[in-house]
Amino acid sequence: MNQHLSDKALFDQHKKRLKAEHRSTRYWQLLIFILFFTLWEIASRLHWIDPLIFSSPTKVGQSLIKNISSGDLWFHLRVTVLETFAGFLLGTFGGILIAFMLWNSRKLYHVLDPYLVVLNALPKVALGPIIIVALGPGYGSIITMGAIISIIVTCLVVYSAFREVDANYLKVLQSFGATKWQLFKEAVFPASLPAIISTFKVNVGLSWVGVIVGEFLVASKGLGYLIVYGFQVFNFTLVLYSLIVIAFIAALMYQAVDKLEKWLLKKI
Amino acid sequence: MSLLKGKQLTHYYFNTSNYTKALENISLSVEEGAFISLLGPSGCGKTTLLSILAGIIEPTFGKVTLNEKNVTETQSEMGYMLQQDYLFPWKKIIDNVLIGPKIRKTLDNQTIEKAKQLLKDIGLSSVIDAYPSSLSGGMRQRVALARTLITDPSLLLLDEPFSALDFQTKLKLEDLVSALLKQYHKTSILVTHDIGEAIAMSDQIYVMNANPGRIHQQFEVPIELRQLSPFDARKHAKYQHLFDRIWEELNQLESTSIG
Ligand SMILES: Nc1ncnc2c1ncn2[C@@H]1O[C@H](COP(=O)(O)OP(=O)(O)OP(=O)(O)O)[C@@H](O)[C@H]1O
Ligand SMILES: [Mg+2]
Repeated sequence: MNQHLSDKALFDQHKKRLKAEHRSTRYWQLLIFILFFTLWEIASRLHWIDPLIFSSPTKVGQSLIKNISSGDLWFHLRVTVLETFAGFLLGTFGGILIAFMLWNSRKLYHVLDPYLVVLNALPKVALGPIIIVALGPGYGSIITMGAIISIIVTCLVVYSAFREVDANYLKVLQSFGATKWQLFKEAVFPASLPAIISTFKVNVGLSWVGVIVGEFLVASKGLGYLIVYGFQVFNFTLVLYSLIVIAFIAALMYQAVDKLEKWLLKKI
Repeated sequence: MSLLKGKQLTHYYFNTSNYTKALENISLSVEEGAFISLLGPSGCGKTTLLSILAGIIEPTFGKVTLNEKNVTETQSEMGYMLQQDYLFPWKKIIDNVLIGPKIRKTLDNQTIEKAKQLLKDIGLSSVIDAYPSSLSGGMRQRVALARTLITDPSLLLLDEPFSALDFQTKLKLEDLVSALLKQYHKTSILVTHDIGEAIAMSDQIYVMNANPGRIHQQFEVPIELRQLSPFDARKHAKYQHLFDRIWEELNQLESTSIG
């Protein structure tokens, strides 16, 4: 009994130590955050850095408040987030669909293989001008930019996951006379799910890149547009303010997908 | 009447860099209700032969017929148990057992009850809703056996089904399977490394040799042993006699292949 109690005490101690460590980590993180913005503010005020280019946290904050109250921020934010989301969905599910078709026909894979390699190596944003000419300046081309940047790599990753499924699982199903679709549904897809889910997180980041570049090129709205506009009129407060909003929202989206990933992985 | 016939089966595995001749000119015919064991050194092509008989691998040459029909058309009469269990880790035990009926679209309440009963019979009723990762190797193998038996195949192809079991469970399961197969007059082909198991369970024993795999010799199990349960057969005087003969034969095979 005594032994048992001391075990528990030991465990409590361990938990307490972990908690303390966790708290200290948080303090450090907060400290860096505060330090960064304070330094920025001071450096800007004392002209250590050019306030015209680097602005200052207070100016960015003022601009943020002004734009939130005027509804301007919401407008641009909504456009960009929707484009990113659409690009992400299209790229991810398009990639999975193509991977399925390649898995379904080995021949198709062998034929397309060199093209996929080239497309994968190509920096997709270089296709921007062509996409804009083809689809016209607007949501269509920006979403396409967000999708195209992740579709090929998704397809390749998912396809190789499909291929790596142990053939003996297929043998089990084949011994019951399974069709190709049944093989996919019962073994190949569930076995590849962890790989598929892991592409989600990567693709969120990629879609942001595609969409922002797309907005640089054509848009008249969205956060990418704000950055380019701020640059053109030499309003770097606007540029930095957009950048901070993007960083914040992208991190949020990444966290959401991360949570989704953990939840999905627990489900299977 | 011969239920299953393999005619002059030859099989090559081709890779990009080389090839393996796994089987050469194997012919066999299996009577309805018979129990046949394949015995042979590792790598002699037992699994390959079984997969060909199951219609999962197409032989390079030769033909397999079940009831005079090509095997690929008659998969519903066949139950194939792989060398390793290959339970789907993302499915519960009960769903693993029910995968066959699901694939064949014959899944109904009656089948589910039957699966539960079957799991009970092999001592696994407590893990019905567990996932395979929480089972021991022996338990998993029993689940794989249940998965094979649930579809009521008239021909069973078993690839070392008892290899991951402790000796006691193995003897018990041998008796259970043997009784089940006799009761329902099933035809079976069993691959094993265990000479004793082959003698105790089967009517005929094919000894195979390697490189390339061929049927080297065929042994008939004495009628007295066939009538006994595997457990009792192991204690019969004729069991030891046959064991020694096959042991001798396998030893010779080994020495010629080394020499
Ligand atoms: N998928 C494959 N590709 C290439 N070669 C293979 C393949 N499967 C088996 N072989 C080769 O064919 C031969 C026979 O293999 P098989 O698995 O049929 O042997 P086995 O008698 O079942 O052996 P064990 O008793 O170890 O299970 C071996 O030489 C093996 O290397
Ligand atoms: Mg084998």
